[in-house]
Amino acid sequence: MGKLLFTAELVLLGCLGAGFFLPKWLQFMLTMAMANGLVSLGLVILMRGGVVAFGQGLMAALGGYTAALVFEHLQWTDALLLPLLGGVTAMLITAPFAPLLARYRGIFFSMLTLALSMVGYGILVKTDSLGGSDGINMGRVTLLGQTLPDAAVSYTLLAVTMCFAAVSLVWAKVFFASTRGLVTRAIRDNELRVEYMGGSVAQTMAINFVLAAFLAGMGGALAVMALGHIDPNFSYWTTSGEYVFVAILAGSQSVLAVMLSSAVLEVVRSFSSAYFPTTWQFALGLFLLLVIRFLPHGLGSLWRSKSPQDMS
Amino acid sequence: MSGLLSAQGVQKKFGAVVAAQDLHIHIQAGERISLIGSNGAGKTTFVNMITGYIQPDAGQITLDGHNIIGMTPRDITRLGVARSFQIPQLYASMSVLDNMLVAQTTHDNQLSWWRPAHSAASRDRAEAVLERFNLLSHRHRLVAELPGGVRKLVDIALAMMGSPKLLLLDEPTSGVAAEEKFPMMDTVMQALDGQALTALFVEHDMDIVSRYCQRVIAFYSGRIIADDLPSVALTHADVRRYVTGEPDA
Repeated sequence: MGKLLFTAELVLLGCLGAGFFLPKWLQFMLTMAMANGLVSLGLVILMRGGVVAFGQGLMAALGGYTAALVFEHLQWTDALLLPLLGGVTAMLITAPFAPLLARYRGIFFSMLTLALSMVGYGILVKTDSLGGSDGINMGRVTLLGQTLPDAAVSYTLLAVTMCFAAVSLVWAKVFFASTRGLVTRAIRDNELRVEYMGGSVAQTMAINFVLAAFLAGMGGALAVMALGHIDPNFSYWTTSGEYVFVAILAGSQSVLAVMLSSAVLEVVRSFSSAYFPTTWQFALGLFLLLVIRFLPHGLGSLWRSKSPQDMS
Repeated sequence: MSGLLSAQGVQKKFGAVVAAQDLHIHIQAGERISLIGSNGAGKTTFVNMITGYIQPDAGQITLDGHNIIGMTPRDITRLGVARSFQIPQLYASMSVLDNMLVAQTTHDNQLSWWRPAHSAASRDRAEAVLERFNLLSHRHRLVAELPGGVRKLVDIALAMMGSPKLLLLDEPTSGVAAEEKFPMMDTVMQALDGQALTALFVEHDMDIVSRYCQRVIAFYSGRIIADDLPSVALTHADVRRYVTGEPDA
């Protein structure tokens, strides 16, 4: 644990240092990649238990709308507070549905999450107080009471997002190696046996779902802080599909791979839309096909060993 | 020996098929009992009712004085009942050691966000059980790569992780090569020796039954047709007619 924290601190400091020298467009791109990566990290938690949610976009939107509304109506503008509020709100709104969803597996789980997200999308589009289909804007955040000058905004948001991502990745790594993380993997293999050994499959799956919602809400809030705007498209099913894309690209062996995959998606999307704007999805699909063909366990399998403990 | 499990007037029907008909069974702590009978006789139904997988239509089952009717498999496991399966139910993509650690974690209800699954204490405990089953050398192998007989042993070792009072073994030697059956059962019985537990075997192999059990309960059409010492039960006329199928019966 001590070694993990020390390594994480070193990597974070290195990234914070390097990030300072990046051009603003790249700072923004990395900020979005890590914010979206947090949403996909939650998906990876679910995938380790054998289910894939196609509605994480709604969870991200809940976090994003919370940040924007709190900023607008309560004038709580702190960049460290808003993502946490976004995560907690997404978790609280999701929690009542978790026991229901925990009873379903496979395509039924995926379709239920998709259905819930589309219901949420419909509500967001029709709710005028939330800006309807236009969404709502969000002003410039502050950091620990300090107003951010123009020149510092981009890097500060990158640094804040990096810190949230680093803490989340360390937590996820500890979680994957924990007793609960191990039981989550066991559920994917054989639910019946877990129940016969005295474990509660439904409880574990419900808790994982709520955790994934927290990460998604946090990621959504961070993304909205960088974009300065949120609209119902955050919760649309195609957005949820992108989070699934990142999770599959990453695989479930390495938490770091989730951030890398999210960055790859952002890069491919940005450059593809710049150079062949009408067919960038084609490039994205081709890239995913190649990864599935040559790295079936995701990008994370490039540097993780193939010992039984690591394979999942 | 004191009473551990008691079934009183237990009945179960699946449509027109009678799987359990007015069963009365009393099992003392420490017994090694074999449940025998042809396919569909009601052995596995009885085991499934003890573990809470299916509920009887009528009757009462008590374990250590607790009425277990209506309880879930998870709750019954917590009372000290463990089982292995005819087809081993394992976590195929995980190592043998991880399988054992899952069993330990779930049984002890030690679910935690931060406590490492591979702590020294957990590994030691899991490896001690693996050693009793001669499985220590397999601990880092993936379950999916193991031969059938070894999987059977891992399945039973998993059940033993919770230090159960009552161990139910559903056809422990089925699918195991003939020459491996006795060595495998020797390993199992040695692993159970010195453990304060009661073992119930569902078994079709009469050589295994007569060699390893102290008592035999024979089923036919959901009824008990014999309940005695192996030497007596296996020579019972109905057992010879309906279970062992001996021509002179």
